[in-house]
Amino acid sequence: MTQWSGYLGLILQGALVTIELTLMGSVLALIMAFLAGMGRVSRFFIVRAIATVYIEFFRGTSIFVQLFWAYFVLPFAGLSLTPLQAGVLALGLNVGAYAAEVVRGAILSVGREQYEACTALNLGRWQGMRHVILPQALLVMLPTFGNNAIELLKATSVVSLISLADLTFQAQVVRSQTGSTLMPFLSVLIIYFALALMISWGVRTLERRMARGLDGVRV
Amino acid sequence: MPAPIIKVDAISKSFGTFKVLDGLSMQVMPGEKLALIGPSGSGKTTILRILMTLEKIDGGHIQVDGEQLYHMERNGQLLAADERHLARMRQKIGMVFQLFNLFPHKCVMDNVTLAPMLTKGVARAAAEKRAIELLDMVGLADKAKAMPAQLSGGQKQRVAIARALALSPKIMLFDEVTSALDPELVEEVLNVMRKLAAETDMTMLLVTHEMGFAHDFADRVLFFDRGRIVEEGKPDEIFRHPKQERTQSFLKKIIAAGHRV
Repeated sequence: MTQWSGYLGLILQGALVTIELTLMGSVLALIMAFLAGMGRVSRFFIVRAIATVYIEFFRGTSIFVQLFWAYFVLPFAGLSLTPLQAGVLALGLNVGAYAAEVVRGAILSVGREQYEACTALNLGRWQGMRHVILPQALLVMLPTFGNNAIELLKATSVVSLISLADLTFQAQVVRSQTGSTLMPFLSVLIIYFALALMISWGVRTLERRMARGLDGVRV
Repeated sequence: MPAPIIKVDAISKSFGTFKVLDGLSMQVMPGEKLALIGPSGSGKTTILRILMTLEKIDGGHIQVDGEQLYHMERNGQLLAADERHLARMRQKIGMVFQLFNLFPHKCVMDNVTLAPMLTKGVARAAAEKRAIELLDMVGLADKAKAMPAQLSGGQKQRVAIARALALSPKIMLFDEVTSALDPELVEEVLNVMRKLAAETDMTMLLVTHEMGFAHDFADRVLFFDRGRIVEEGKPDEIFRHPKQERTQSFLKKIIAAGHRV
């Protein structure tokens, strides 16, 4: 029994790494999503082009390959990353590309009359975006951002391939050391599921809070 | 005789193949209250939207308060206006929309103070003081903390009027501001506009289907049809003794539809 608690400790350590990766990856993904998503609706062609290339490239190639590039290929260009840094970079850039389309769609979903009110009140393009359009678009983005965050959580398991000791990696370690398959894999199954539930719950709470007062239906 | 505050000169505008404005010209004197009436698609709303720079023009010139709206003079040449020029010209003009276009995520107070703070650098305290005055004028001082969704249509429209006034424009454009309201809420908005006309010397252009109100409110009525002004004159001339056959038939239809003239 004491032996099992030791192995459970290993798995929980892995869970911490997974949480760390998820949080840092989400922050990077969020930044990339807003940069690229707003870049997609820019009035400057070159900005739109860069944003489009980024999005299509990272959606169109496998996250495994992206991770291997970040970890194994970048050093040849003189940029050596720790496994954690490589993991955050690959996850953030990959999920950010998907979330960028969410940002773009949400911005476009805000009605034309809101843009016209901005013009009539003489707000500049950026002022209107910052104070009128984005706050309303954010509410549209949130549910899909929740999906993206859960996708990112599940995708963190790829880092076990570059020997980062995350949840999946530790489960393999415990399995090979104990010969037991059910216990480690059942534990990680439950932990992933619990983490995903927490994300869902967090996003829903945020959504409710932001929608407060907006209209009778969503409160 | 003072110079006109708005001079529209041979403006044309098409949406696809549909010609909304066909060489439209008109002038508005400072402080004048103008009612624009006519069938839908006649171009009356479009000219308001053009004055607010919400639509681009295909041809012609507009002067507002002595300056070109869509053009700017550089070294004696007339060039297309850039964003900075348009922003400067927009300071002279405010607009109230048919569907209010309030910012749903901001309370009434923030709806009114946002633009003065952002575009004129007014401090929050001063902006809020002015907002309270304006909300008081439209009879909604007690709703400052309410969200737009908690207001009736008439209240929303009165907030929208206060919001436009907060920028102290010289010219106010009202685009069918009572058309989306329940009948019993129309009067509270019209009352605010009567008050505004009585207490300020603002130039007001009003697109409306409320013929009774247009009659009492306007100094001059313009009847639009197919992108042109068919007839214009004092309210009594237009409503009681229209000369043009098209004006007559339009007014007949409006009266048949139950509108008071």
